[in-house]
Amino acid sequence: MIRSLLMMILLVLGTISLQAGNDPGYKIGDQATDFKLKNVDGKLVSLADYKDAKGYIIIFTCNHCPFSIAYEDRIIELHRKFAPKGFPVIAINPNDPEVQPDDSFAAMQARASEKSFPFAYLMDEGQKIYPQYGATRTPHVFILDKNRVVQYIGAIDDNHSDPSAVKRRYVEDAVAALEAGREPEETFTRAVGCTIKAKK
Amino acid sequence: MGNLTLIQCRFSRTRSWLLLVGWLFALSAGFSQTQEVPVYPSFDALQPVFSSGADTTYVINFWATWCKPCVKELPYFEEAYESYQGQPVRIILVSLDFPNQIESRLLPFIREKGLRSDVVVLTDPDANAWIPRIAEEWSGAIPATLVVNGTNRVFREGDFESLADLREFIRSCNN
Repeated sequence: MIRSLLMMILLVLGTISLQAGNDPGYKIGDQATDFKLKNVDGKLVSLADYKDAKGYIIIFTCNHCPFSIAYEDRIIELHRKFAPKGFPVIAINPNDPEVQPDDSFAAMQARASEKSFPFAYLMDEGQKIYPQYGATRTPHVFILDKNRVVQYIGAIDDNHSDPSAVKRRYVEDAVAALEAGREPEETFTRAVGCTIKAKK
Repeated sequence: MGNLTLIQCRFSRTRSWLLLVGWLFALSAGFSQTQEVPVYPSFDALQPVFSSGADTTYVINFWATWCKPCVKELPYFEEAYESYQGQPVRIILVSLDFPNQIESRLLPFIREKGLRSDVVVLTDPDANAWIPRIAEEWSGAIPATLVVNGTNRVFREGDFESLADLREFIRSCNN
């Protein structure tokens, strides 16, 4: 009896570690980690700081990537629309500035001030957070609910190059669903983006 | 292996028409160098390009002029293009440059670098629909490379370290 129980436990553990090894990063339903990262204003920001949040729109994005730039205004709009409803945008630059100097902290500060970013724009210093989330590109969105459970992973919408031709607003739809107490219909989408820059 | 059936030649009238539009667009862009650069407004139109030859190995690289690691690895694809001359290997560089930067940025880039591999442009904005048709495991980050020969395929999200790395990857498709 004890032996078979042990076997069971070993089997389960083995499966878990295999899964973790094969496919890093969060899946829908996983609870995401909180973090403490430096904002462009110099202050450290954590999800726990957002006392009234009903959820979080975490966007891995950066200064240099043309796809991130194409989405800048739409990210600002998302924050303006949803932060008052309890779903703030939290932008995180995952890139190593030594590999991509345009994504340095000073460059982030400059861009945030030029565009008057209304949301936190954080530096993933040491690049510890993006691998935990499983971000692979910029921009890459993770929507969490109040309990930091991942509810959506993917693109902002279905047309990066022409905002006026967008047909599907994935992030807006997902947040609207959470707001209404439902699960998002579309929970995973893909988009072309820039690789996250890290030393090899 | 679910993607394989998708990479088959399926010409329809609409698709041929789109293809023609692509060619005309490239021509009207005033590009009169060693190669034309077809612009494909939809993935459906592009797909037949790398699925027509039965015994051909297609090396399809997704890149853009603004993508630093993509530009860095381009010379390996150019060298591979040279070294596979006379063999049934076709290298296709699929540019994902923005539609408004094809004339201003992509065509001058191709001229300056003297690229000899086939370059095509894919402007289909609905990436969520076409990315998994290239590879289910692709998140969409570029560079990314698909090598396909008949029912064999290998895919890499990320760049190549060297020509040897690329050649080994191409070889692994046919093993």
